[in-house]
Amino acid sequence: MLKYIVKRLLLLIPVLFGVSLFVFLVLHLFTADPAAMMLGQHATKEQVEALRESLGFNKPLYVQFGIFLSQILQGDFGTSLMTRSAVTDELLTRFPATIELAFAAMLIATVVGVTVGVISAVKQYSLFDYLSMVGALLGVSMPIFWLGLMLIIFFSVTLGWLPVSGRIAVGMEPSTITHFYLIDSLLTGNWEAFKSAVSHLILPAVALASYSMAIIARMTRSTMLEVIRQDYIRTARSKGLVESVVVFKHALRNALIPVITVIGLQMGSLLGGAVLTETVFSWPGIGSFVVNAILAGDFPVVQGGVIMVATVFVVVNLIVDVLYAFLDPRIKYS
Amino acid sequence: MTTETLLQVKDLKTHFFLEDGVVPAVDGVSFHLNRGETLAVVGESGSGKSITATSIMRLIPNPPGKIVGGEILFNGQDLLRKTEKEMRDIRGNRISMIFQEPMTSLNPVFRVGYQISESLMIHQGLNKKDALEKSIEMLRLTGIPSPEKRVHDFPHQMSGGMRQRVMIAMALCCRPELLIADEPTTALDVTIQAQILDLMLELKEQMGTAIIMITHDLAVVAEVADRAVVMYCGKLVEESTVLELFDKPLHPYTKGLLKSIPHVNSTQEKLYMIDGMVPPLTHLPAGCAFAPRCPEAQPRCHMERPMLREISPGRRVSCWLYEGGGE
Repeated sequence: MLKYIVKRLLLLIPVLFGVSLFVFLVLHLFTADPAAMMLGQHATKEQVEALRESLGFNKPLYVQFGIFLSQILQGDFGTSLMTRSAVTDELLTRFPATIELAFAAMLIATVVGVTVGVISAVKQYSLFDYLSMVGALLGVSMPIFWLGLMLIIFFSVTLGWLPVSGRIAVGMEPSTITHFYLIDSLLTGNWEAFKSAVSHLILPAVALASYSMAIIARMTRSTMLEVIRQDYIRTARSKGLVESVVVFKHALRNALIPVITVIGLQMGSLLGGAVLTETVFSWPGIGSFVVNAILAGDFPVVQGGVIMVATVFVVVNLIVDVLYAFLDPRIKYS
Repeated sequence: MTTETLLQVKDLKTHFFLEDGVVPAVDGVSFHLNRGETLAVVGESGSGKSITATSIMRLIPNPPGKIVGGEILFNGQDLLRKTEKEMRDIRGNRISMIFQEPMTSLNPVFRVGYQISESLMIHQGLNKKDALEKSIEMLRLTGIPSPEKRVHDFPHQMSGGMRQRVMIAMALCCRPELLIADEPTTALDVTIQAQILDLMLELKEQMGTAIIMITHDLAVVAEVADRAVVMYCGKLVEESTVLELFDKPLHPYTKGLLKSIPHVNSTQEKLYMIDGMVPPLTHLPAGCAFAPRCPEAQPRCHMERPMLREISPGRRVSCWLYEGGGE
């Protein structure tokens, strides 16, 4: 198993190389000249040319890519064209915010989605089943930005229960250890900061989770319906087991295997959806930052951001594959 | 053998309520089983024999199925009046069941030792360690080699015969009074079939367990059962001791089943078969359900449904041919 994990981690190298190459090519071939964009429309040709030269954009593409790669290997994603600061630093301060949001959403989507799916399957054709499947349909069809706005209007503006935007109340930021506010505030025992961070996290996490939650609920329901008709479930019942043990132990353990796959894949859409959610809720994460960078033609930031997200996605899918072997003894990696 | 009655099924009716109508899968079935006895329930697919067994366990999927009438007296107590909790204490403990498909009847994600232990832990209050010890002992009883190693296997690491042995170990670990075996050997190779049947008989002798053997295989009946009931379209058509059943079958359906067994030294070119098909349970004929296929059918058979009548002690048949109380 360890050998398999190491092998998969080594595979990360070609994957990330491919991602880097793709992002690099797309950005350099299909977007406007960043030097011109930076200088504005009144700049002279000579000024633009001078800037291109100082930024290295006049070199052949393969040379630029080589420089880019050697920088990445040293953990250097270059300098942001917008802010003139190191991209690595910029991303590292924002990345934890996105990860915190995405994982919170994943947690909500998984817990609620699996629970709803199991109950719907066990009580097939009941009112709960119909309502939750209609809910799932809504969850899949509602755009995140719209749902986000509705949540803000209802829970923040009308009811005043939760904050409208941001990641934490101003001035409450816990001392930074990991850049994850929830973890940092817990580590420093700062309860006020923790409460504030959680209350800020709830709405964006729910908005972001809605789509994945719906997908997970539907997937869990259909696999549970299949599993619950299996012979071994009848065996479990004939042993005299309590129905809850039959459902949550004997059936769910089998049903989870395909569900885990979906959860892993949903991580991609969560990271992608984070862009919209972060914009709606002014969440200081990587998503809104990268979108702004795209609009401003800030190459280094876009490249760095995409590579970081790709890394997380690949690692999450590795974790999913390891979980398979844990859930299903028939799966062996060698 | 004692003749104390262990199980008495009276006028059991299990119906399935489907969109295209009510299916009377089991329709007024009555039989009894003595302590330590082996009763074979014989019939084709769809005759209601498995549903009868599942009804005794009260494991009919509801909806669409429902036990709509009758009594199932186990040690004199009606199982149909038990609460779900009382039934759970009986299942796997005093009545247990093994199934046709050993390949799919064990949960693929748990070790076989754990699956046997589970019964012991809930019914006998054993802790994990003791339950595992007992599981190893049960596996040894069922003839699995090096059980202390195999107990940690997952089902996919075992053959079909092995898995059926595990199922038997699981079913018998709490020493039940009644074992319901639903076609336990149908899915196995012939050589393994004999081994499994022998094993069941041996353990039955050791533990004094009564067995209801559900089968369509008359060879199995001849080998293991004391008495047999024959089912057709959800109804009992004949009840008899096994010796009498083979010696002198009464119901034309039973005769047909017996004739269908191929003989090695037979001169017949073609195998015998009962003409026609089992009618759909939603559209049963007005008279005897077997009449359309019966070679001895009389006009009356198509009009009126015969009742199950006692011909001689312990011998019952539902057929107009025996209306006079014997031939």
